[in-house]
Amino acid sequence: MVGITAFGGYVPRLRLARKAIVAAHVWADPGLKGKARGERSMCNWDEDAVTMGVEAARNCLASTTSAPQLLVFASTSAPFSDRQNAGVIGTALSLGEDLASIDVGASQRAGVSALIQGIAAVRSGLYQNALVVAADKRRTKAASPGELAFGDAAAAVTIGNDAPLLEFVAAHSATVDFVDHFRAATETFDYTWEERWIRDEGLAKIVPPVITKVLGKAGIAPAALTHFIMPSTIGRAVLGIARQAGIAEAAVCDNLDAVCGETGTAHPLVMLLHTLETRVRPGDTILVLGFGQGCDAVVLRATAALAAFNSAGGIVAALENRQEETNYQKYLAFNDLVTLEKGMRAERDDYKTALTVTYRKRDMLLGLVGGRCTQCDTLQFPRTEICVNPQCKAMHTQEPFSFRDERATVLTWSADYLTYTADPPSHYGMITFDNGGRFMTDFTDVTVGEVDVGIAVRMMFRIKSFDHSRGFVRYFWKAVPVRAISEHSEAA
Amino acid sequence: MARGIKDKVAILGMGCSQFGERWEAGAEELMVEAFAEAMTDAGIDQSQIDAAWFSTHYEEINVGKGGLPLSIALRLPNIAVTRVENFCASGSEAFRGAVYAVAAGACDIALAVGVEKLKDTGYGGLPGNLGGTLTPQWGANGSAPGNFAQLASAYRAKHRVNRDDLKRAIAHVSVKSHANGVKNPKAHLRKAITEADALNAPMIAEPLGLFDCCGVSDGAAAAIVTTPEIARRLGKHNIVSVKALQLALSNGSESGHNSWDGSYFHTTRIAASKAYKEAGINKPRDQVSMFECHDCFSITELVTMEDLQLSPEGGAITDVMNGFYDATGPIPCQIDGGLKCFGHPIGASGIRMLYEMYLQLQGRAGPRQLAKPSIGMTHNLGGSPMSNVAAVCIIGAFD
Repeated sequence: MVGITAFGGYVPRLRLARKAIVAAHVWADPGLKGKARGERSMCNWDEDAVTMGVEAARNCLASTTSAPQLLVFASTSAPFSDRQNAGVIGTALSLGEDLASIDVGASQRAGVSALIQGIAAVRSGLYQNALVVAADKRRTKAASPGELAFGDAAAAVTIGNDAPLLEFVAAHSATVDFVDHFRAATETFDYTWEERWIRDEGLAKIVPPVITKVLGKAGIAPAALTHFIMPSTIGRAVLGIARQAGIAEAAVCDNLDAVCGETGTAHPLVMLLHTLETRVRPGDTILVLGFGQGCDAVVLRATAALAAFNSAGGIVAALENRQEETNYQKYLAFNDLVTLEKGMRAERDDYKTALTVTYRKRDMLLGLVGGRCTQCDTLQFPRTEICVNPQCKAMHTQEPFSFRDERATVLTWSADYLTYTADPPSHYGMITFDNGGRFMTDFTDVTVGEVDVGIAVRMMFRIKSFDHSRGFVRYFWKAVPVRAISEHSEAA
Repeated sequence: MARGIKDKVAILGMGCSQFGERWEAGAEELMVEAFAEAMTDAGIDQSQIDAAWFSTHYEEINVGKGGLPLSIALRLPNIAVTRVENFCASGSEAFRGAVYAVAAGACDIALAVGVEKLKDTGYGGLPGNLGGTLTPQWGANGSAPGNFAQLASAYRAKHRVNRDDLKRAIAHVSVKSHANGVKNPKAHLRKAITEADALNAPMIAEPLGLFDCCGVSDGAAAAIVTTPEIARRLGKHNIVSVKALQLALSNGSESGHNSWDGSYFHTTRIAASKAYKEAGINKPRDQVSMFECHDCFSITELVTMEDLQLSPEGGAITDVMNGFYDATGPIPCQIDGGLKCFGHPIGASGIRMLYEMYLQLQGRAGPRQLAKPSIGMTHNLGGSPMSNVAAVCIIGAFD
């Protein structure tokens, strides 16, 4: 019985209050006043679709023992157009080289497409286990509708045959070259057509037949469907489609517009995870839809295993770990939407990355793999030819050891206003890992005054720096304070 | 341990350029300025120099690589010139090359010149170092002040010092150096500051404010060394000789092994112990007359006082607040104003420190002359607290 065997989600900690966006633009568009409600998730300056995907996948894989043989990454905002993004994620997760991997994109339905193809691949018997990751950080022009409606997030699921939480029931797809918006390969921003046309000519005509067909394949009467998951920035449209298809209003799932925004290719999965965590019971049926140049639909049924499953990090926990951001200017700066004077020190990052080095050290840089001395057991980063332990210094004794999931505490730190960072001050310091090993590293997702000697930190995969001259993104790991969510999350 | 170099090498002459924002001068002019003074002081002819060691750090904004920039700027007589680079301790490294050459008997007279032209960058502070092709891909996004500021966090935690007390002590470190720098015509910053100035200055890297950081300046310094016998033969009296010169380099244990607590300089302790042994000093707090500390940041000076065994561990704050290192105290520190007032033209600083100790030992330090110093020490440090090059040099009257 093929199905979803585990899931994990990720939402960046920063939440931009929509009232801050509206306050910036209402002078030009008084009609925005009514949209100053809720908040949207917002990547820190050092996050993108790949880093969010890694975090969601970590949360997913930490909840299962299955080892993926296939990795599918869905995004329309992947940082690289020609360097496999899934390969970066796979290396960051140390999935090994015996791995099939593929990037899926070019349409907002890519997340559901990836899910269906992952299911098909495992169902065919070609792979035993697949990992499907969807993430998006879509760039929008300042004052565009997308700026208010969108959010940034990632979701990941594993697919296998072993005691799935959700069993696959049926899938159906339609391909229609309906261009509600588009972004040419060389362009930065979307060009979007009229909402009323999208609703009436697109959603209302393309989606209902697909629902009818997929539920027909599943043998489920529309009225009996328990959960209907369909992202759309045109919120009212979804209810209309549900009615049109005969689906009960109570089945329509929360699109998280108030707390997160629409997260692109990730959103069907983000909504699925949220639904699983908040309202699905064994035996329930779930229809997940992805819309974009047609429609992908998949029907799943919850099994008894779902009740016993605990994700290492789902969407609910990710939504609770929040830091309100009311400075719209910061959002503009992080997303390169305003020409800022960064100072001459920022020029330092424009060095040419030696790809030979990046490749030679890929497990270190992407997977945070250091060494364990087989002679004295000392953990160390980086892995070197001679053990760092002054009492050992054995040569050629180290085996790979990833510090990815090791907890650490802060030994020394500073908050530096001199060095260039997109989010001053630059927090960094020496961290010592509880099981041994240390290195000096950047901290991220911290607020001034929060870092101190002795606080606990965990590692997260982030953008180290950008080479803007050549369009290269460098990734590494950074330390993030381990917070009790109830203590550090601000009330809405 | 080897017999060491105590009293095998004498300083024949020294020179130091005016330090500061030398908009009108390049590295060549600065080198010549320091060299001319050293030659006059030594009273020799260029043809008597057997070999030279040349220290610079930033080749990109300075004079480029190799020994040629010195050889050409000084029109040296086709002798061996070796460029050395060892971070901010490069000046001490150049001096070590010259001293070792004389001690070994390979040269009768050797020259060490250090220079750095820093003010061609277009901004304040030091340019960042990439550190090769791998380090920038994972090393923390730091600056020099942020790297050294971390000492404060660990020192406070270890010795249970509250932030205000530490801030006041490091403020006093800077107030003292500025007071000394006022009396030095070659210093870049010659303005007295108050404790309030230091405490209220803009934050650079927690907890270091603007006055906790040394200046950024252009400058050069030069030393000519020979044997005490040759110095005498050349008619020198009041000879100053090298008592010890030691370097200690990190091997990655501070940055990679959990045995270091982050509050002190592991290497400085080793270099100091070796230097005291080489010089025959067993009670440094009683025997050292004065010293120049590598005060790139006030916190560096504070913890180094303990690493040099001048203050007891955890006792530097008390000593500082009691004026132990003031010009009128038992062991004046940075009597010339230090890096704080001279700034830190990297390749020059180690030799600039020796220049002041040499002047003081010869009684030629003018209005800042100390009463009868017999042992002067320099501490020159490059890198960061986690990974560094520590140099300790001791000079004194040749008996």
